[in-house]
Amino acid sequence: MKEVGKNFMELRFASKSENEAFARIAVASFVSQLDPTVEELTDIKTVVSEAVTNAVIHGYEEKGDGTIYVRSEIEGKRISITISDQGVGIADVNMARQPLYTSKPDLERSGMGFTIMENFMDEVLIHSKPGHGTTVHMVKHLKSRHQTMAN
Amino acid sequence: MSLHIQVKHDRDILIVRLRGELDHHASEQVRRSIEDELAQGGFSHLVLNLADLEFMDSSGLGVILGRYKKVTQLGGKMMLCAIRPSVHRLMEMSGLFKILPTHEDERSAIKACGVAS
Ligand SMILES: Nc1ncnc2c1ncn2[C@@H]1O[C@H](COP(=O)(O)OP(=O)(O)O)[C@@H](O)[C@H]1O
Ligand SMILES: [Mg+2]
Repeated sequence: MKEVGKNFMELRFASKSENEAFARIAVASFVSQLDPTVEELTDIKTVVSEAVTNAVIHGYEEKGDGTIYVRSEIEGKRISITISDQGVGIADVNMARQPLYTSKPDLERSGMGFTIMENFMDEVLIHSKPGHGTTVHMVKHLKSRHQTMAN
Repeated sequence: MSLHIQVKHDRDILIVRLRGELDHHASEQVRRSIEDELAQGGFSHLVLNLADLEFMDSSGLGVILGRYKKVTQLGGKMMLCAIRPSVHRLMEMSGLFKILPTHEDERSAIKACGVAS
């Protein structure tokens, strides 16, 4: 486990589904300087994929002309990731967080996106305003390998 | 990173092998390939071989559940096999295994399709 100083990266890209893979791979490669485990890296890739997909499908309703913003900060063993859109926003965030809730069942959504983010990350904050957009802020503390082995 | 779909037939069983990453972008392609095959008729059951599926998110869960509904409505069975640990973790967390049976490998999944339920 390497201890790294404060570092950050930012990305802005079009709300196209092709960019979902780009976003999760970019964030994963940025945070890999913290030397995470394979499992931790999969968690990061998954939550970025979930939040970016939500911006594409729900925020911008698959119109492809919106901009998605991703910022990741690392310090020590802490990873924070912020993903924003200026799309339609969420009227009821508490309802949206419920496992299996989806506003688009006809699109074969599973309604598990927020549940996965909450399970894979230590903190998940959602700020949203209808008509203005949504920001999801997530934090994960990586485990020290030595600690894991000792346990 | 993209998704490759390979389709095989074994009697009335449609076998679909996925390689790569299954996200929202790729899920439409999976849905369409399986629906096209099923529309041709002659299939009762569906086996999804995930041995080479390296990544999946909740969009993958959605497309799998969608096919499960379709196949079971038509009286068939759907089986998953050879799931990797990372994908397994996501499926477990989502409760997918409560409705979908899983098998070690393709052979045992195919065999299980033939067993009367
Ligand atoms: N960025 C967003 N903009 C607008 N609505 C959103 C956004 N993210 C999530 N939502 C809302 O929250 C619901 C739940 O999201 P999620 O748990 O990811 O499930 P799913 O994407 O399968 O619908 C969505 O159906 C949608 O109504
Ligand atoms: Mg989602």
